[in-house]
Amino acid sequence: MSLNMQPVTVNIGPHHPSTHGVFRMKVTFDGENIVDVEPVIGYLHRGTEKLAEERNYTQIITLTDRLDYVASMTNNQAYVLSCEKLVGLDVPDRGMYLRVIAAELQRVASHLIGIGFFLQDLGAFGTPLMYCFRERERILDLFEMLCGARITVSYMRIGGVFQDAPVDFWPALRRFMGDIPSYIDELDALISTNEIVLARTKGVSPLTGEQCINASITGPILRASGVEWDLRKSAPYDVYDRVAFDVVTLPDGDNYARYAVRLAEMRQSLRIIEQCVAQIEPGPVRATTNMLFRPPAGEAYVPIEAPKGELGFYIVSDGTVSPFRCKIRGPSFVNLTLLKEMMVGYKLADGIVSLGSLDFNVGEVDR
Amino acid sequence: MGDVLAENRIFSTVYTLVNDLVPDGWSWVAYLAAGMSIIMFVVNSLMIMATFYTWVERRLLGRFQSRLGPNRAGPFGLLQPIADLLKLISKEDILPRSADRIIFNVAPVLMLAATLIVLAVVPFGRGSYIADLNIGILFVVAISGIGTFSIFMAGWASANKYAMFGSMRAIAALVSYEVPMVMSILSVVVLTGSMSMVDIAEGQALPFILVLPMAFMIFMVSISAELNRAPFDIVEAESELISGYNTEYSGMKFGTFFAAEFANGLVASAVIAVLFLQGWRWAVLPSHLWFLLKVGALAFVFIWIRATLPRLRIDQILGFAWKFLLPLSLINLVVAAVEVLSWPEQTALQQFYMALINWPVAIVSIVVFSKVVSKRQPVQPVVRATVAQEVV
Repeated sequence: MSLNMQPVTVNIGPHHPSTHGVFRMKVTFDGENIVDVEPVIGYLHRGTEKLAEERNYTQIITLTDRLDYVASMTNNQAYVLSCEKLVGLDVPDRGMYLRVIAAELQRVASHLIGIGFFLQDLGAFGTPLMYCFRERERILDLFEMLCGARITVSYMRIGGVFQDAPVDFWPALRRFMGDIPSYIDELDALISTNEIVLARTKGVSPLTGEQCINASITGPILRASGVEWDLRKSAPYDVYDRVAFDVVTLPDGDNYARYAVRLAEMRQSLRIIEQCVAQIEPGPVRATTNMLFRPPAGEAYVPIEAPKGELGFYIVSDGTVSPFRCKIRGPSFVNLTLLKEMMVGYKLADGIVSLGSLDFNVGEVDR
Repeated sequence: MGDVLAENRIFSTVYTLVNDLVPDGWSWVAYLAAGMSIIMFVVNSLMIMATFYTWVERRLLGRFQSRLGPNRAGPFGLLQPIADLLKLISKEDILPRSADRIIFNVAPVLMLAATLIVLAVVPFGRGSYIADLNIGILFVVAISGIGTFSIFMAGWASANKYAMFGSMRAIAALVSYEVPMVMSILSVVVLTGSMSMVDIAEGQALPFILVLPMAFMIFMVSISAELNRAPFDIVEAESELISGYNTEYSGMKFGTFFAAEFANGLVASAVIAVLFLQGWRWAVLPSHLWFLLKVGALAFVFIWIRATLPRLRIDQILGFAWKFLLPLSLINLVVAAVEVLSWPEQTALQQFYMALINWPVAIVSIVVFSKVVSKRQPVQPVVRATVAQEVV
């Protein structure tokens, strides 16, 4: 008997529970095995880069919130750093410390989301996700105290931050810093040694450091492949050169390593926040700038280490109130480059987990 | 008049009642009425319990996940299942254009029917069962297989690739897990010397969960795989297949699948309670309530597992059945058979001796097998990229 077996092409997405938004993959299956993947993007395109050319520099901050909407603080930070470089603006110390505290809190929140959805993709029904959300909720509460918003924060301004932290922010932050290590330990204990998690993720979709560098992949995915590269260390911005922290790397580059790097990075972020809280001193939080920011003609690009990788705004100014061009280098988009290499040859279930391990955000992919 | 139903109290009551009313030669009416009343009773009580079970599952999952769960409709959200049901009934019933109309419509009914028929041989309490078939447990295994058949029908008839994936996975899982499941049931049958569910419940001087720990574990795992419960829920795998075989179903057809699944969970818990927890025996409460408590405890365990574990991959699930559970169930069966040869009497003391032997055997063989057989193999990508070119 001869079986007529054909590969079957399935559209995973744009509406699918584990494409984290509206991302589509045309996947060709041979039985359960993936033989071909073609990512299709653009379902969440909002034309941020073009919109930026029509707005003045301060208004663009609110656009950056909506790029990677689970890490708005770092989007703000990347944008204002580029703007400050355009005019060579010096930011007061307190403003920089507040930025770093907010950015590191945001990193913890983003990694919590990443780990939660990674486990959700593994098939853990909601429980790890809700645990991660519970802790993220505390961080969002802190953001609310800082700037009144929880997701689309728009906290940072060119020359510093929007306003100083309220007095009751510091005790709340201290309480949070007291609680969060036990939360992370709990996640670690529940997930890291779970037999099913290990069986499902160890050795699946490994990426070598060379592959990652060639595809200009950055962030936790690069570090999980054993490459020690962190812009906070190699090109320090704000006050990262005044704090001590380790760049976490793991050699394996598989799905488990990508998860483990995120978990370890959360602990490093907490270290940074602790040092910032110890070092911060009273003072102004924002340099005085003109009401309407009008940089001289020129260009600037300041990459930062966003939770998902290198994020930078390449801003070309023609001397008017809005940028001539605002190119966004989003890590989520670039990190999807090796999706095919990661998924082909593995089973459907593993392919979904590999996608989840990239921890991409469609808002940033499509911009 | 069916002999298997003669001892049933509901049946005999209704039969006599109606038989007195109708003229001679019309006793088939009485037979019909009696049968229908049993069906009404069992089906309705199971469906109400299944409805309640959806509420319990959602509330408990909420608790496990440190959130509230449904708490708006009625006290403690108790009316939530009713609201869900009303919504499902009032929704449009969509038939995909390329679907096989008949099979598409039959599948959910068949699945629910299979679930309900299994209940016929389950003793709910002291002396209360619909039928005491002498091949009761064989009947349970045979009929529960139909449920998977209906999953395949649904997947095939939907003309949807996700549904097809789901149903193919269901077939693979069923074929694999039927074997260790039946093997573990066999050890129970060997001990009690009967396939009748009533005899099995009564033959347990000690609960078989203590006497045959390995059989219980294997059966629990296998039944989770058969029921598509976590961590074996590859058939519906939300993050992979959206909803698996019932992706294309909407409205009350989906509702029927949904109800059948939850009823399945309860029926499986009832079967486990009979096979391994002495059924209704040792009742400190009224026996029906005592049995329900055991069923509830087992159903809770299923929810607990669902809230805790991530999902396995299909090859791991199948490998687990063939490489791990099957040898273990064979060891278990042989040990049980030898023990029955040595102690044919089956008193509590003799079953206690068996337990003394079986526990070390279970622990040693599980540890040894997990060391030897299920060593984590490196995942190798299966690259057959040429396939796509050949077909073009």
